[in-house]
Amino acid sequence: MNPIYLFFHKTGSPPWFYRFSGRLIPWLWVGFAILTAVGLYQGLLVAPADYQQGESVRIMYIHVPAAWMSMMIYGLMAIMGFIALVWRIRIMEVMVISSAPVGAAFTIIALVTGSLWGRPTWGTYWVWDARLTSELVLLFLYFGVIALYNAYDEPRKAAKAAALMSIVGAINLPIIHFSVEWWNTLHQGSSIGTSGNSIHPSMLWPLLWMAIAFKFYYGANLLSRARVRLLKQDHRKRWVQDLLTEGKS
Amino acid sequence: MSRQAVGTAFAALLRRDFLLAYRRRAELLQPLAFLLVVVTLFPLGVGPSPALLASIAPGVIWIAALLATVLSLDSLFRSDFEDGTLEQMVLSGQSLALIALARTVAHWLVAGLPIVLLSPLLAMWMNLPDEGLLILIESLAIGTPVLSLIGAIGGALTVSLKRGGQLLSLLVFPLYVPLLILATSAVSSAVAGLPYTGQLGLMIAGLIASMTLAPFATAAALKLSLS
Amino acid sequence: MLAVSELSFERYFERVFEPVSFELGAGSLLLITGSNGCGKTTLLKLLAGVLEPSEGEIHKQQQPLYSGHFPAIKDDLSVEENIRFWMRFMGTRKAGQMSGLCEQVIEEIGLTPVALQEGRTLSAGQRKRCSLARLLFCDETVWLLDEPYSNLDPQGIAMLDRIVRAHLEDGGVCVMTTHGSLRPEGFDLQECHMISGRERYAGDGA
Repeated sequence: MNPIYLFFHKTGSPPWFYRFSGRLIPWLWVGFAILTAVGLYQGLLVAPADYQQGESVRIMYIHVPAAWMSMMIYGLMAIMGFIALVWRIRIMEVMVISSAPVGAAFTIIALVTGSLWGRPTWGTYWVWDARLTSELVLLFLYFGVIALYNAYDEPRKAAKAAALMSIVGAINLPIIHFSVEWWNTLHQGSSIGTSGNSIHPSMLWPLLWMAIAFKFYYGANLLSRARVRLLKQDHRKRWVQDLLTEGKS
Repeated sequence: MSRQAVGTAFAALLRRDFLLAYRRRAELLQPLAFLLVVVTLFPLGVGPSPALLASIAPGVIWIAALLATVLSLDSLFRSDFEDGTLEQMVLSGQSLALIALARTVAHWLVAGLPIVLLSPLLAMWMNLPDEGLLILIESLAIGTPVLSLIGAIGGALTVSLKRGGQLLSLLVFPLYVPLLILATSAVSSAVAGLPYTGQLGLMIAGLIASMTLAPFATAAALKLSLS
Repeated sequence: MLAVSELSFERYFERVFEPVSFELGAGSLLLITGSNGCGKTTLLKLLAGVLEPSEGEIHKQQQPLYSGHFPAIKDDLSVEENIRFWMRFMGTRKAGQMSGLCEQVIEEIGLTPVALQEGRTLSAGQRKRCSLARLLFCDETVWLLDEPYSNLDPQGIAMLDRIVRAHLEDGGVCVMTTHGSLRPEGFDLQECHMISGRERYAGDGA
């Protein structure tokens, strides 16, 4: 049989997914811990301060990767949603809805850190700069998907609706992003960012470490949530019963 | 079953929608009244200074148009959903995307077009300079169909929910952001004597993209809501 | 013409009904029985294609006609306008002028006296008759009727029996649900008794 089909069939199997993710999650947490330690060490202690903004520029090492994650997760939700709808793979449905809170959390982190970053420079907690505005609209997109999911009673129908909304949102996301950037240039708004366009290598590395660290976090968090949801959905099924008795024996 | 020709079915649907709209014409005026009231609130809220009003006019009018459209979107599919008509239409074998498009066209003609026609009045209230009026009308003429097309997706996703209306707004407003930015920029540029054809061009591109893609998303959402 | 094997549907991760199987050839009438909430409507919707099966398979040659609980009648349109819309939207193989055909259909379902009245003024029985109108001008061979006798008076029941009998004689297939007392009389029918997913007593599937 086609190996790709077999792969999908296997990953689509809840018991297999449960066991596999159970083994993977601890490593993801370890990876997250190490990379965060490295990234923060480099970012907070090793990298230079900005000559204009001083030490406050260090918020960037959380703000920027968080913003990247917020967009990446939405994109992943759309891809997983597409797979879920077209091939009717239930695990994909579970993963879409398990990703949404994490994505929303990263968006909020990006907004809060962005706001704190802007405070020393601009004196206010909020400016309508391109990235912050974009993130805010993205947050509403996340809220929409989550609210839509919660509004439906039947879980599979809810997941499919959330998947469809993610796809629609993801298609619009680049358009929204670019239009907000353009809007920002039109109105010569303030912007939060480092002075100058090129990033010094000693600033780039911590950024990358943090970015990868956040991916590990997402993976660990997503798989943990997905497993719990799967257990709840399948609690009457054989494999869950076996699992529970396994623990006892 | 000899499936009915697509054009005939489409026409039959439009005809029925107009008949229904006519029978409920009092209800159709509500979103329009809302539009007028919202715009009126601005001078009351920010002061009647002509210069201030003129500077915020494009945004205010467009936002009011957005709000009025969203009000009328909830009922787009609800009646047909609740009395079983939508189910029958799905079962008829006609392309659901076409049915969605027909409903959206009917919605625009009944809810969006009046906004375009009322815009000169709104422009006058908001003290929009004359240079901006034509572009305002054009931007609304191009933009309100997009509002209907994208809004239909939201309407279809929330039609089976009891209090879908509020959720509908949350779902579609982020999607409306690019349109709002482009349209208000076009009008402001026209007022300032700057070029605006770029914005209009992008809006037309958006209209074409929505016309080709949105009905399919709406159809998928309708099928989901019916299941 | 219509065959189903081990068909079931899940909601809230539970089976709505125990799997059913049956096979229907031309001219057969299947009566689906079962207590309230055991999934009769769900089964019809699966056969109609509104829902996708969670288990099992459906083999059908064409799209069936489905007449369910909701009559698909607009309150704001008259009986005639409603039927005319459906005739235009669905199309019909019957020859003739639309208005003439429409009148014929309205007469056959016994609604000529109220033909010009708005949908909202109709009684439940009249609505049922109106929703059954599509049986008269649609060409599908397989009919799925959800509790078709509900709300009908004796003349209405006789009318429906007449229509169904004619359809079966023409080689059509009909699947009907009923929850109890109202059953088609004088027909040679198959039965399928459904058991809801919650009931665990031994029942009988056809």
